[in-house]
Amino acid sequence: MIFVALLVLLMFVGAVAAGAFRDLINAVIASALVSFTAAILFYFLQAPDVAMAEASIGAALTTAIFVVAIRRTRRYEE
Amino acid sequence: MRKVIGIIFLGVIIWGLVLSLSQVPFGKDKMEVGRRYLKRGTEETGAANIVTSVVVTYRGFDTLGEVTVLFIAALGLGAVLYTRRRSSERIEPSSLVLRTGCRFLFPLILLFGTYIFVHGHLTPGGGFQGGAIIASGFLLIYLGCPERRTQELRLGATESLGGLAFVVFGLLGLAVGGYFLTNFLPKGTFNSLISAGVIPLIYVAIGFKVGSELAGIMGNLMERTK
Repeated sequence: MIFVALLVLLMFVGAVAAGAFRDLINAVIASALVSFTAAILFYFLQAPDVAMAEASIGAALTTAIFVVAIRRTRRYEE
Repeated sequence: MRKVIGIIFLGVIIWGLVLSLSQVPFGKDKMEVGRRYLKRGTEETGAANIVTSVVVTYRGFDTLGEVTVLFIAALGLGAVLYTRRRSSERIEPSSLVLRTGCRFLFPLILLFGTYIFVHGHLTPGGGFQGGAIIASGFLLIYLGCPERRTQELRLGATESLGGLAFVVFGLLGLAVGGYFLTNFLPKGTFNSLISAGVIPLIYVAIGFKVGSELAGIMGNLMERTK
């Protein structure tokens, strides 16, 4: 129970950080943290199917697509 | 002024949500259908993983729509990012350690993704998850060995064949059983690899389709970063 609460806290911190970072690469990594924590939470809430989809698509592929897109545009938010 | 209007609209939306959600008694399921899936799902479809039996048989038509949405997204991205390849472009090869590591890991990742979608009706996971894992293997190759190119034509052909196989299985069900996506094959012994009739076949088709589609998206993006 405490573990789940810690995970939710980590997720919250990641979400706030993703909004607050000026450096967009950092923001993308923070949102990947949110996805990854969500995947672990899904696993503990007995939804392994959703956890796998979240970990592979949310944490891996989306992050990669965002990083590639940022490399082609500007890195810092104005 | 605009902020005030925005706050008023937000208040109206919240009020509507509270009004409609307060009608639902807390902690009670209003739907009978979920309980029925849990109770009868394994005997009706023969799949040990109930999530798969819902995704592929009970809600198979929705899954076809989902796959179509993914296809259209990939198509749109390809259309936006399409450029003629410049052959004079020289790609710098990566270091030996990175290259060897990628070559070692790539087949293992493919094997893992294939395992997940082949066992979709027995263990957690399925076509979408396995396909995403396969696409992440291709991502590793794109990042680690930039001189190796996948052939987009073959990716496109795999994707189309996967989608076509899904529709063909659905139409066969229509011809044999009278409904689109009927499970027309024998169910076999419960909890063995060859069981649950048409479900593993459809999930293999979805796995190939999603994997090649996402790999194509990554490839398109990577081409343009160079």
